[in-house]
Amino acid sequence: MRRPRGRQRTAFPRKDQNPLKPNPVYFFGTCLIESFFPRAGEAAIRLIEREGVPVRFPAGQSCCGQPAYNSGYPDDARAVARQQLRAFPDDEAPIVVPSGSCAGMMKHHYPGLFAGEPDQALAERFAGRVVEWSEFMAARLGVELEDRGAPLKVTWHSSCHAMREMNVIAHSKGLIRQLSRVELVELARERECCGFGGTFAVKHPAISGALVTDKVDDIRATGAERVIAGDCGCLLNITGAIAHRGLPIRGQHLAEFIWERTHGS
Amino acid sequence: MTETARDRILARLRSAPREEAPRPPEPAIGTAPELSGRIDQLTTRLEAMRAVVRRTTAALWLEALIALLRERGWSTLLYAPETPLGAAIENAWAQDGDGLPALVAYAEPIESFKERLFTVEAAITSTAGAVADTGALILRPDGREPRLMSLVPPVHVAVLQAQSIFATLEDAMRAGGWAADMPTNMVLVSGPSKTADIELTLAFGVHGPKELIVLIVE
Amino acid sequence: MGPEEFDRNVELALADAQLRRNFAFAMGSFIARRQAVFSDAAQTERLRGQGQALKRRVLSRLPELLEELEANCTRNGIQVHWAETPAVANRLVLDIIERHAATRVVKGKSMVSEEMHLNAFLEKHGVEVVETDLGEFIIQLNGETPSHIIVPAIHKNKQQIARIFHEKVPGAPYTEEVEELNAIARATLRRKFAEAGVGISGVNFAVAETGTLCLVENEGNGRMCTTLPPVHIAVMGLEKVVEKLADLPPLLRLLTGSATGQFITTYVNLISSPRRAGEKDGPTEVHLVILDNGRSRIYADPELRQTLQCVRCGTCLNHCPVYTRIGGHAYGFVPGADRQDPQPPGFRTGPGRRPHHGLEPLRRLRGGLPRQDPHHRAAAAPAQRGGVTGGRERRARPRQPPQPNGAAGLGRVAVSQHPPAGQPPAELAAGPHRQRAAPGGAPGALDPLPKGAPFRPHPAAPPGEGDRNQR
Repeated sequence: MRRPRGRQRTAFPRKDQNPLKPNPVYFFGTCLIESFFPRAGEAAIRLIEREGVPVRFPAGQSCCGQPAYNSGYPDDARAVARQQLRAFPDDEAPIVVPSGSCAGMMKHHYPGLFAGEPDQALAERFAGRVVEWSEFMAARLGVELEDRGAPLKVTWHSSCHAMREMNVIAHSKGLIRQLSRVELVELARERECCGFGGTFAVKHPAISGALVTDKVDDIRATGAERVIAGDCGCLLNITGAIAHRGLPIRGQHLAEFIWERTHGS
Repeated sequence: MTETARDRILARLRSAPREEAPRPPEPAIGTAPELSGRIDQLTTRLEAMRAVVRRTTAALWLEALIALLRERGWSTLLYAPETPLGAAIENAWAQDGDGLPALVAYAEPIESFKERLFTVEAAITSTAGAVADTGALILRPDGREPRLMSLVPPVHVAVLQAQSIFATLEDAMRAGGWAADMPTNMVLVSGPSKTADIELTLAFGVHGPKELIVLIVE
Repeated sequence: MGPEEFDRNVELALADAQLRRNFAFAMGSFIARRQAVFSDAAQTERLRGQGQALKRRVLSRLPELLEELEANCTRNGIQVHWAETPAVANRLVLDIIERHAATRVVKGKSMVSEEMHLNAFLEKHGVEVVETDLGEFIIQLNGETPSHIIVPAIHKNKQQIARIFHEKVPGAPYTEEVEELNAIARATLRRKFAEAGVGISGVNFAVAETGTLCLVENEGNGRMCTTLPPVHIAVMGLEKVVEKLADLPPLLRLLTGSATGQFITTYVNLISSPRRAGEKDGPTEVHLVILDNGRSRIYADPELRQTLQCVRCGTCLNHCPVYTRIGGHAYGFVPGADRQDPQPPGFRTGPGRRPHHGLEPLRRLRGGLPRQDPHHRAAAAPAQRGGVTGGRERRARPRQPPQPNGAAGLGRVAVSQHPPAGQPPAELAAGPHRQRAAPGGAPGALDPLPKGAPFRPHPAAPPGEGDRNQR
């Protein structure tokens, strides 16, 4: 069995024997990880499995439905969302989502989206099982991370949905702070949107551009070599703007970053 | 009878589905700070709003007022002759008005008094109390002490009895039984008139008094 | 305003470095001040909870409270008028002015009067209307509309204001000193207050229990407008009613704390009647105009209803990253105030057309407006496409009926912001869906992951593949 461990503890039962841990969990991959940040998805899964929790990735999953939902097309959104309800077995296992945005859609908006529909009860059960990845790692698994990387200064970008809807930023930053050789420098205007906003960036590129310009300035002012985020929409936007300006700053999803720091790859 | 706008609006509102919502319980009355604490809090808040606060006593307030007036040298002082405050002022001026501003009585309706009102330099009024936690005077103008006294002159001197300082607005409302007895007009005043409409730069006296001076009488 | 015009406005606004600096500075200051006033998180939450409960209570008894307000105002001698539309409300105001043969009106800042476009109407009928809030005065001199509901001239810097005063105020010297600019306004407006035949104000809260109109302000112009002229006309949206006088303290705290970061404004006016016998000043007539303008229809919609809890503190604007970048004018209406935007900005549908994203859950009496966005957008979107579901689930939202005055209803206003019906919105065409739901969406009827997809975790269950731990 392939199980890289940061450290072994003998005083406690092996993590994979801990009866309190869920077994298994399902993983919702998200469109943007699928299309643009596959390593983040792989890292997120490996990190869960490293804790002794088997991960299942149901086939047939696609998009959470948020683009249609947020654009005012609840029927279309419902059709896409229903596909997710069907794709995941209707059991008790948590559905882990490496994105505050998609998790927020599924956790907080599915029940309303299916209100009065035949799938209402299913949607409510489904929503109750959704957990954002960093919260799952920190709060449910209680991971302990051992930093194997070289000293590094990073900053953290909070996505609007992870911060305001899922309220998981403390967990995300808590994971980073476990990394002993990583210095986390906060953004001056952490609470402000990066300008992505899903379809907003497509519909209003000029405003979106103004926002991300300011966000990149903020990131740059921290002196960090890397910007870490828990949502790939923001990352796509921010790293694109960074590349456009030719700045030597890397953007990474939290899971990929932690995998890299603790696995040594 | 023709249907009015009122009927149609109310009918639409009445036909809408309702959601029950009980009145929220009134927040528990906290223990009010001691009087000295209330005075201190009020003073801090008023001063933060750029009001000038002078603390005095029932025996010395008139002397304090006269010292203030001599110090500032306004030429006219608007007062309300029919109030106890007005009577005390008239009495003091009668004894020794030397070097004090000329008294202007607000004794007739605004229609005939407007021109004069806009030329006085300062006004003195009583207050109906104050609120310590937010910092505000409670003014309850009436026929004897009209509304514009505390508004039009560039300086407003307010005399506040310390024992009428309440911890909160809620306390003041409850203790004063306001809900059963609202006058034509009441106004809470927390400082001189101000604006920040130009570049958020604070400036005083844009319309109302440029200065608010509070004499707290203990 | 169509999407192209909005995009042009955005382009101009973003290119205006001065405007962006003004807004960034102003909104940053507001956010910081608000945080300072609401520094105790637990206490703030309690306060917000209380405010929300009070506003909910109002909505649960709205028609009864309006009747109670009317009865108590009438008992106090305040004349109450009802208007279903801005046109009717404007006419009511004009009738009162004409009855008194007044030609000059002084006006305190009132967002409902912006919604009514009252000034333009009165001026068309020969009435001189003077805005007396300093910010409103500045933009009125320059023929503009407010760019922010609390600080209407926030888009102007002192050099621009200096030029406006010098050019538009007779005899005003050119000065960039803020104190001197204020002094020019004071001198000019004092004359106007003294000469006006009618004063017009808004209402922040109207207390049903006592028939009291509550107005908050810092400048004293509200007191002037409601005390000096012989006639006072107050205009309010019907959602401004509150149940008890005792409800004011928490609501005032929330409003002034959120709007300007103050524990309390300089003045809180409580007006309960016209001048009574024996009183020497104050208006001899007080009128209250209660405006509906679509609010009763909003009230009938359980989803939209909570927008009527808004106290219009403007914090949503201060915290909105889009608004902060482009300012209020780019929207083509006054966010939070305009006729077609009778509700807070979140009400005006159409992504990006109004401040929304990244909104701090700060003000809103915990009303949760962002949660309503999908609802607003669904009401605004072109008819649901059949594409995904083959039309089987088509269920377009009922449209709001047209408003009585012919003003565009919810649906119509916002449809113009979207692509023509039938054309799929860009976000769906370009969306990252890698597959579409099959009709019916039954398990097993779904396409497998496309070959070559960069991220292909194992599918669930199949032995040897499903569970990584077995590898």
